[in-house]
Amino acid sequence: METLLQQIVNGLVVGSVYSLVALGYTMVYGILGLINFAHGDVMMIGALVALQAILFAQKMWPSLGPLALVGIGLVVSIPTCMLLGYVVERTAYRRLRNAPRLAPLITAIGVSFLLQTLAMIIWGRGYHSFPQLISTVPMQPIEGVFVTPVQITTLLVSAGLMAALLLVVNKTPLGRAMRATAENHRVASLMGVDANKIIAITFIIGSALAAIAGVMVASNYGIAHYTMGFLPGLKAFTAAVLGGIGNIGGAMLGGIVLGLVESIGAGYIETWSFGFLNSSYQDIFAFIILGAVLIFRPTGLLGERVADRA
Amino acid sequence: MNELAAVIPWLGTHKPRAARWVVIVLMITAPLIAAFFGRTWMRVLDFALLYVMLALGLNLVVGFAGLLDLGYIAFYAVGAYTWAFLASPHFGLHLPFWIVLPAGAAFAALAGLILGTPVLRLRGDYLAIVTLGFGEIVRIFMNNLNYPVNITNGPQGINALDPIIIFGWDISRNWQVTDNLSVNSLFFYYYAFLACVIGSVIFIQRMQVSRMGRAWAAIRDDDLAAKAIGINVRNVKLLAFSLGATFGGVAGGLFGAFQGFVSPESFSLMESIMVLAMVVFGGMGNLGGVIVGALILSFLPEVLRHHAVPLQQAVFGTVILDPEVLRLLIYALALILMMALRPAGLIPAHSRYSRPELLKAEPVPAEGRA
Amino acid sequence: MIRLLEARGIAKRFGGVQALSDVSLSINKGEIYGLIGPNGAGKTTFFNVLTGAYVADQGEFIFAGAELPRGKPHEVVARGIARTFQNIRLFRDMTALENVMAGHHIRMKANVWGILTQNRATREEERLATLRAYELLKYVGIERYADTISKNLSYGDQRRLEIARALATEPQLLALDEPAAGMNATETGQLRTLIETIRNDGVTVLLIEHDVKLVMGLCDRVAVLDFGKKIAEDVPAVVQRDTAVIEAYLGGAHHAH
Repeated sequence: METLLQQIVNGLVVGSVYSLVALGYTMVYGILGLINFAHGDVMMIGALVALQAILFAQKMWPSLGPLALVGIGLVVSIPTCMLLGYVVERTAYRRLRNAPRLAPLITAIGVSFLLQTLAMIIWGRGYHSFPQLISTVPMQPIEGVFVTPVQITTLLVSAGLMAALLLVVNKTPLGRAMRATAENHRVASLMGVDANKIIAITFIIGSALAAIAGVMVASNYGIAHYTMGFLPGLKAFTAAVLGGIGNIGGAMLGGIVLGLVESIGAGYIETWSFGFLNSSYQDIFAFIILGAVLIFRPTGLLGERVADRA
Repeated sequence: MNELAAVIPWLGTHKPRAARWVVIVLMITAPLIAAFFGRTWMRVLDFALLYVMLALGLNLVVGFAGLLDLGYIAFYAVGAYTWAFLASPHFGLHLPFWIVLPAGAAFAALAGLILGTPVLRLRGDYLAIVTLGFGEIVRIFMNNLNYPVNITNGPQGINALDPIIIFGWDISRNWQVTDNLSVNSLFFYYYAFLACVIGSVIFIQRMQVSRMGRAWAAIRDDDLAAKAIGINVRNVKLLAFSLGATFGGVAGGLFGAFQGFVSPESFSLMESIMVLAMVVFGGMGNLGGVIVGALILSFLPEVLRHHAVPLQQAVFGTVILDPEVLRLLIYALALILMMALRPAGLIPAHSRYSRPELLKAEPVPAEGRA
Repeated sequence: MIRLLEARGIAKRFGGVQALSDVSLSINKGEIYGLIGPNGAGKTTFFNVLTGAYVADQGEFIFAGAELPRGKPHEVVARGIARTFQNIRLFRDMTALENVMAGHHIRMKANVWGILTQNRATREEERLATLRAYELLKYVGIERYADTISKNLSYGDQRRLEIARALATEPQLLALDEPAAGMNATETGQLRTLIETIRNDGVTVLLIEHDVKLVMGLCDRVAVLDFGKKIAEDVPAVVQRDTAVIEAYLGGAHHAH
């Protein structure tokens, strides 16, 4: 029982990060129909830039407290990623908006690898230890179930950000413009919405969320690395698909569900497979879910079936 | 051959016959030229031919049928591991070349069928991401299937694969002609691989100019219209997918035999992306372009490795961009820049799906010539 | 009169919209049958259900004496029904000749082995298919563009090419979805001649059209759809005087052809 509870706690924490990254995928997909393959790598850049800022601040002002340092990391990395998201959209994707379907996706793959390579040039190939500014000393709220302050922070921050995003999308003029653009670019343009601007803003918001997610991932694992965006990115995309791509609430739900499945699955896979498979196979859950959802229920958990009338 | 000849600037368009001879002579003498620069370059050349095969196979899927497969390298892995299982000390099996290579091709084709059957009805971008997932799953299994039963030997991979032995002739041995003249085995590998490439090209060309090739182009251009003229879209896609996989399997087997060992590391997503970059760079759907793309993108990183690094040393006193970084940079930029500037590839050309000359093979009935 | 196609009680619903309700009609062999109706009346939906692009919620099609498969476009084509599209859908990167040859796919037999070995049967089949495709181009009058990439053809020629491609599937019933859309008077006249020729050569034609004048002049019989229901079916002269039809067209705002 403790194991299960423990796996649920872990799953919720990982899942909340997936949700946060999934929002970026789902918003862009909702508006452009593009799988922004490079989104996970924006998250990676966010983590590494934050690391750089924190190390710099530690050296300059050794007396700063841990929270201030995290704050500095975020204050530097969020705008950097926002700029990065904007630049990528403006230079690589915008010109392909009317190109054949596969072209933007191939470009996105190229951008993903380009970002990884640039990170490799700047930060090298090694693993960087990320200062664990928020305590990772486990607490035991229930006998046998451990949870760390950094995990709690991650959960709370993710929940807060998602609530804020829902508010923006549903209650503000900007949100309305975004929804209109997602519905139909041309019509939105006719109604006076500057579709280009809205698309750019979508990339910027998604990138900001990715930057925060990057800092949280790095804080949780205590490591930052130029490939750290790939797998979480792919899993976040899976979460977006699972929830119903294009659907913001779905991305949140999908992230949590995927986190739970993965974590519980990893805990029990050995028992289920009679010892044949072990937790090294954790990553295949995401891929299998991805394939299964796309094949059997492409609209995801929350998506509605849209009649494809010619 | 004509496709390649057409690629040569000026000569290709003005003197196609001469251009064809240039291609033939180059194909035959390439290893000699490479040998002149050193044995490393002969190795690079041999590997380049393997990449040509991979690119040809992926082109069948992406370029002809318009199905973006990001897990293509998994079929290469199936071919290579088949060779490792059936022809190495790992399981103590040493089956002959002409069983192992077809077996690798068959397993790869089977893997293509098994993956393709459920996923091929997915739309383009979804298909891409699911095949990527498949590639990763295959890699995870390669990495972990050493426990509880050792099948793949995990991350260490499998060593001492049997070389290619054709009618008792081990082509991995240098041939000692006289005491001070020996022919390096890399020559033999080159010609063996070249034979496979030529065979592949002939096969693919024949497929292209056939009802299947036209059906692939049809579903690529317009899925709905293809259905409306009675093409069984699912079967035709499945055929392209598993034929492409077959090429991957053959190339994988040759790779295993050539390199002598296999490990999961050789079959990462990066390799799939590299092959994709070759196809995109040369020109999707265009055989000559794909071959040239694969050759350029195989050689360029090696050239840079040999020249850019010493150059940086000389200019900056240190190496800023190491060869691995340069390689990644080239592939990433190839994808982005080609899509932005020349989406039809380096050598855009109209692909032929018919032979209009057949109209003259027999006189067309004379009635009603308007 | 031999009955070629019979639709029995076809119904199709999209979400809250009943696109077709209980549509029954029958087409005789050798006739040109028109299907008209105001925008959104369900004509194209009927086409899509007939050709297997959609599955009907209710009802069935009897074609040449047997029920048509549901939701399997390629089998419908194999049975002998070919279609064109309202917004032309050619294979853009293929030449005109290749487009027509692609249309012949379903009547060809070559398999991978035959193609690989280029055995005699495959070579002969390919040669005949090429000749046949050229004949069809000539039939619709665009053989001089055989080697032109289809996306570079003029609008009218693209329409003709699409018809040639559909004929290459060797249909008994040719279903044309607004073939005159976007054509000028001369082109429409030529199209009319072509459709009549096709019928005279033994292919039954089902024609969806906006251009009421064309339909009334060309068709042997006409059915009128309105809000997914069949409101009339008869020879043009009768349908033209039908009050329900006049009501549908005049009430349906902008249609006053």
